[in-house]
Amino acid sequence: MELSGGQILVQCLKDEGVEFVFGYPGGSVLHIYDAIFHQDDVKHILVRHEQGATHSADAYARATGKPGVVLVTSGPGATNAVTGIATAYMDSIPMVILSGQVPSPVIGSDAFQEVDTVGITRPCVKHNFLVKDVNQLAETIKKAFYVASTGRPGPVLVDIPKDITDPNIKVPYHYPKKVSMRSYNPVVVGHKGQIKKAVEMLLAARRPIIYSGGGVILGEASRELTELTRLLGYPITNTLMGLGGYPATDKQFVGMLGMHGTYEANMAMHESDVILAVGARFDDRVTGKLDEFCPYAKIIHIDIDPASISKTVRVDIPIVGDVKPVLELMIELIKDNKHIQPKPVLDAWWELINSWRDVKCLEYDRNSPLIKPQYVVEQLYQVTRGDAYITSDVGQHQMYAAQFYPFDKPRRWINSGGLGTMGFGLPAAIGVKLAFPDADVACITGEASIQMCIQELSTALQFNAPVKIVNLNNRYMGMVRQWQEFSYQSRYSQSYMDTIPDFVKLAEAYGHVGILVEKPEDVRGALEEAFKLKDRTVFLDFITDRTENVYPMIEAGKGHHDMKLRVAPGAPADRELS
Amino acid sequence: MRHIISILIENESGALSRVSGLFSARGYNIESLTVAPTEDPTLSRMTLVTRGNDEIIEQITKQLNKLIDVVKLIDLAEAVHLERELMLVKIKTTQESREEVKSMVEIFRGKIIDVTPNSYVVEMTGQSSKLDAFVQSFAEGSIIEVVRSGPTGISRGEKGLHL
Ligand SMILES: Cc1cc2nc3c(=O)[nH]c(=O)nc-3n(C[C@H](O)[C@H](O)[C@H](O)COP(=O)(O)OP(=O)(O)OC[C@H]3O[C@@H](n4cnc5c(N)ncnc54)[C@H](O)[C@@H]3O)c2cc1C
Ligand SMILES: Cc1ncc(C[n+]2csc(CCOP(=O)(O)OP(=O)(O)O)c2C)c(N)n1
Ligand SMILES: [Mg+2]
Repeated sequence: MELSGGQILVQCLKDEGVEFVFGYPGGSVLHIYDAIFHQDDVKHILVRHEQGATHSADAYARATGKPGVVLVTSGPGATNAVTGIATAYMDSIPMVILSGQVPSPVIGSDAFQEVDTVGITRPCVKHNFLVKDVNQLAETIKKAFYVASTGRPGPVLVDIPKDITDPNIKVPYHYPKKVSMRSYNPVVVGHKGQIKKAVEMLLAARRPIIYSGGGVILGEASRELTELTRLLGYPITNTLMGLGGYPATDKQFVGMLGMHGTYEANMAMHESDVILAVGARFDDRVTGKLDEFCPYAKIIHIDIDPASISKTVRVDIPIVGDVKPVLELMIELIKDNKHIQPKPVLDAWWELINSWRDVKCLEYDRNSPLIKPQYVVEQLYQVTRGDAYITSDVGQHQMYAAQFYPFDKPRRWINSGGLGTMGFGLPAAIGVKLAFPDADVACITGEASIQMCIQELSTALQFNAPVKIVNLNNRYMGMVRQWQEFSYQSRYSQSYMDTIPDFVKLAEAYGHVGILVEKPEDVRGALEEAFKLKDRTVFLDFITDRTENVYPMIEAGKGHHDMKLRVAPGAPADRELS
Repeated sequence: MRHIISILIENESGALSRVSGLFSARGYNIESLTVAPTEDPTLSRMTLVTRGNDEIIEQITKQLNKLIDVVKLIDLAEAVHLERELMLVKIKTTQESREEVKSMVEIFRGKIIDVTPNSYVVEMTGQSSKLDAFVQSFAEGSIIEVVRSGPTGISRGEKGLHL
């Protein structure tokens, strides 16, 4: 079969089993778009801004586990995609980005819409390629999918000069079933001896805790993690990226840890003697001040990327490997082992943990005449029976979502953790809804974040991706305002916008339904109404208490045991428990 | 501590910028970097001299290994190894100073490879410290230009860094 480069590209996507390409046309990709025109196996989702394409593809990948695919033109198309590429990179999301480039002969001449896409994206991709020969196109695409989705996943960009896709140049097509690269060996099997040592250490622990992260979701290992945790009877905490890796409604779950984690999770980390870190990368939002991080603990760390191990915190037993087989082996070894810690030792640990739970660190004022954002998230949980896909933007609302929507399944919680990209939520919701048209998909957002990719409301209509937008409208960049309140004596510099659009009208202008909710007693009904409108995108604008803050909070430079908690009703000032 | 890291990397355009970009992005220091294709033209060999404590060097080698184009690397500082650097020095000469310069070049086992009435170009290889010593043995002002390749290295013994 002889095909042109444009046809090859589309055929590769078919052979790779790609369902959707999120993209936006332009000069350098016109040959490719013409090839897309002639088929309908691969569906093209026309976004309204290339950033939207990257977030939709990224969220599609987060929800399904399959790499997301993006197609953009050279120059501004590629630069618009950079934020989304970096977002995927920071959270290790498999994604393949196809970018057009000016024709090979003019590369380097400041040609029209030329940018050095390979150079610009190099620090925020797992790898990138510039295609120099149409005969290598198919193999390069295969390599891109292979690199993106194996090992520690990540975005891979393929830059394709326009002459490569010339319809007049046809070459034999062959899509390799498999590729291997001598410089890339992603399969890592955990070291047996290390795993044995780890199990011994775990079983001898008196105050153990399991700290798991996004690696469990990426490595499809939540079943194994759950089995191991239950077998051991130990407490478990998740990072923001790890939520859903272990059922959050289970009694062994102590909540998220870190900056806005629960009191019990952070205290348990601080007092622990053995930590089993699983697919988590000791991010600074998690560790707080490094010198004060878990002073009594020995640490076991399972991670597929050796560079994640002992990067910020030195660990005692490193295990480089894919989380799933490592956990399987651990489970096997524990089942064979007779030295499980006697019950009373663990009971004492749980007693301590339960005393921290009694602090009820997530409690908020339920009698307020204003809508509390936490209340909206709780009601959303109930209305969706805890079974929705929740995407979010970045800010306070993101933290309320993480704290008040307990995820029992992996891949349900879709947010930008590492880069913290405002604008992620809406295009993400669209990507998820396209993947799972029958599922409930809601985007929890804020009035500032939603405006960063609001144009994607139009995409949602065109491609029939009815999502529910839960706007926790506090008329502030709440997260920024909170920091300014705590650290800058409430000087709210530029964290406020005087002109917030009428979101109901805006939704209507885009062909959707808008609902304004101003009173707590209307929250439940509005949510129910929105989810009844199965085939409509609904923009729910909740006017929330603008002074609300996210608690607990570990302020910059503080340790886990040094959390700022909400002022107890009636108490004179902020309590700082230690 | 000073480390000398030897890297086999795919001889692709952009491979060098992946390595140098990694160092600047992560704030690691590069003292020197040499690169040239190997006997197998699809591979390049890079020799990189850097400094840092054990944690930093551990991160550097891990991050380098993570680059998709890197095939293999070793930290030569971990084993007994040989290091050589090439230097070309242009030295001012006068009728009177010529003999003295010549004898210095001999002591340091260099070679004079270009002669004009007023200058010599000296070629010298050796450990970096020897090259330093040679340069320092001249009075200020007598050296016109110094060009150094940066060190390259190889491990001792029969084992080698290859595929
Ligand atoms: C406003 C805001 C507030 C935040 N507050 C918090 C907070 O309070 N608490 C919190 O936890 N985070 C918080 N974050 C998120 C934080 O910035 C990090 O993104 C997050 O903590 C990282 O999660 P992780 O450690 O699970 O790593 P991830 O980024 O999910 O990395 C996954 C790790 O698993 C490894 N891995 C991948 N695949 C596998 C596999 N198959 N097998 C083994 N290992 C694998 C990877 O190599 C990597 O090391 C916040 C973010 C924002 C924007
Ligand atoms: C693109 C981008 N710019 C700036 C920031 C910094 N930032 C983090 S949270 C935030 C405010 C978000 O406000 P809003 O969306 O209203 O959410 P809220 O915190 O009020 O819930 C800002 C500006 C960011 N994370 N991303
Ligand atoms: Mg806000």
